[in-house]
Amino acid sequence: MPAASRKSRSTARGAADQAAGASATTGAGSTDQLATTAADRLRGEPADRLRGYYRMMQLIRRFEERAAEMYQRAKIGGYCHLNLGEEATIVGLMDAMAPQDYLFTTYREHGYAIARGIDPGRVMAELFGRTTGTSKGWGGSMHLFDTEVRLLGGYGIVGGQIPPATGAALAITYREAPGPDSPAVVCLVGDATTNIGAWHESLNLAGIWHLPIVYVIINNQLGMGTPVEKASAEPDLYKRGCAYRIPGVRVDGNDAIACREALRDALRKAREDRAPSIVETVSYRLRGHSVVDPARYRSKEEAQRLLALDPVAAFRKRLIELGVLTEEDAARLDAEVDAEVDAAVEFADNSPHPSPAELFAHAYAQPVPNMPRALPGDPLLPVE
Amino acid sequence: MAVITYRQALHDTLRAELLRDPNVFLMGEEIGVFEGSYKITAGLLAEFGPERVRDTPISEEGFVGAAIGAAMLGLRPVVEIMTINFSILAMDQIVNHAAKIHAMFGGQCAVPMVIRTPGGGGQQLAATHSQNLEVWYAHVPGLKVVTPATPADAKGLLAASIRDDDPVMFIENLALYNTKGEVPEGDYVTEIGTANVMKEGEDITIVSYSRMAAVALDVARRLEEDEGIRAEVVDLRSLRPLDRTTVVESVRKTGKAVVIEEDWLSYGVGAEIAATIQEGAFDYLDAPVRRVAAAEVPLPYAKPLELAALPDATALVKVIHETLDATRFRG
Repeated sequence: MPAASRKSRSTARGAADQAAGASATTGAGSTDQLATTAADRLRGEPADRLRGYYRMMQLIRRFEERAAEMYQRAKIGGYCHLNLGEEATIVGLMDAMAPQDYLFTTYREHGYAIARGIDPGRVMAELFGRTTGTSKGWGGSMHLFDTEVRLLGGYGIVGGQIPPATGAALAITYREAPGPDSPAVVCLVGDATTNIGAWHESLNLAGIWHLPIVYVIINNQLGMGTPVEKASAEPDLYKRGCAYRIPGVRVDGNDAIACREALRDALRKAREDRAPSIVETVSYRLRGHSVVDPARYRSKEEAQRLLALDPVAAFRKRLIELGVLTEEDAARLDAEVDAEVDAAVEFADNSPHPSPAELFAHAYAQPVPNMPRALPGDPLLPVE
Repeated sequence: MAVITYRQALHDTLRAELLRDPNVFLMGEEIGVFEGSYKITAGLLAEFGPERVRDTPISEEGFVGAAIGAAMLGLRPVVEIMTINFSILAMDQIVNHAAKIHAMFGGQCAVPMVIRTPGGGGQQLAATHSQNLEVWYAHVPGLKVVTPATPADAKGLLAASIRDDDPVMFIENLALYNTKGEVPEGDYVTEIGTANVMKEGEDITIVSYSRMAAVALDVARRLEEDEGIRAEVVDLRSLRPLDRTTVVESVRKTGKAVVIEEDWLSYGVGAEIAATIQEGAFDYLDAPVRRVAAAEVPLPYAKPLELAALPDATALVKVIHETLDATRFRG
């Protein structure tokens, strides 16, 4: 067993800090450790793909930084949770998914939407609350949705997505036979979400019904300001499926390839064997819980340490060292991405606001008699 | 028309909908092998198999949420929650998810699902198993809430609910399962959102729903026979949307109204009806709108206490008489 799972109360931090980026696994008797290092894994990848990964990571980074800026300028309202520090995880996970797969996410999902193929302009437009947004301005930052790429929602209630994601997997079994082309469901949850009842009920259902689903725990070490070790009696979160005989694996969330391989493997088991599983990715939330959180619960030293672990900067550096990117290439990609984010902001800002005349347009899918349509102050019944 | 029980009407409609649409499936605790706590699903597992009549573990939040996800992919799950009291465990999925998904995602994804669940007291099941929580759900935009009182409406509204593209809370009542009534044969669908005038009359309007509508109808018939009082009975049938027009039109005719409801008095359905009447028929009212509802205590077990707490025909007759007397109706 690797170090992470040998210690009875080991922490995720210890696992992810292992320079080799080794994976930990549990359940179903699999205890083999991946021997290859993160650097070795990069050597086996086509250069084009790695450049694409870097570009996407940088796109998410710049998008989120601009979102924070737009929030400060009051272009964006409500809550706004950023994927800063999660870029490598996002790129790896989203590349593992096939077009037929369904994705349910948390409220920290801008990057996933973009990496799944939604135009950044439409994501930014949703943050701006415009009609061109992914949810036509009805959802905002926490509630992105797009049937075309099968992103079936960002969910603002912690863990609210877990039972519906499990039910989507049930619908797949209702309609389709297992096989390599069968769809599967990826359900993202945060580390602190593994303490809610819906998590445990859903894992149990997935276990007894043999559902094609992978629960991915995005462990960014903190549930708002509470460290994992203080919130979870079993802080090795990938083990939390043991009670349901659902195997789990932990990977370094700063290693895109490790994330991709872990999810791809889990998806294969979901599609072909109808075996649910857990993938835990460990990364670091680089800033506060949301845009408005200054993260004062972190020491200066901790903040400095996190900056040194920035996955985007690290990936850029490694690709240059490997000769996949030159400094010039990287600068060119950075400029491209900046222009793309500028265009997204411009698209959002130039998009129309929804009209109050549409207020009742979506409350129900099917109109029936006597649907309420009164605005505040309107009479209950037509005045005669 | 055949005379069958409310239970049989529900059973037959579930079966007919399973036959009609392969996307319809049932899920819930003990609905398969055990054939349902109240035997609504008797025989359906044997006929349709475990994929379409799916037993669930005791995980209300989990399986109600799973039904939401299945509905998002286009299936039409019909969930049974053993009693409405247990729906509280699934409240987050019902209120924060089923009710919100269509609107919150800009109308991209419907949630065509039904949650069937019985409410009601009077069975000596004590405080946690005797509640009428329909108004909690009726308060929430995005849900539809129907409360059939008769076997015919049990059939017509269940068919409508299963075919509807929105999440529907289909609220039954334990004390109605064995009641009998005429039920139209063949395909029969009752429009959600429409009240039903169960009995016409000119002297006073009784507004009700679910089991209390059956009580109201019985009282109205007796009053007409024994005392010549011609009461009109309006069965709301649907609490969301609410057919305010039918209520107001009736009260404009009678000038007097009493609401009888099995839920607790304060903030109950009767409060909404009284507000509707005073706004829609203010100039027509000859007396204050009165409400007959459950006493505001956790429902006790002991029979004399339970009987004292629940609204019944006696209380309704008393309030009808008081309302009529207030207008010197009886000289």
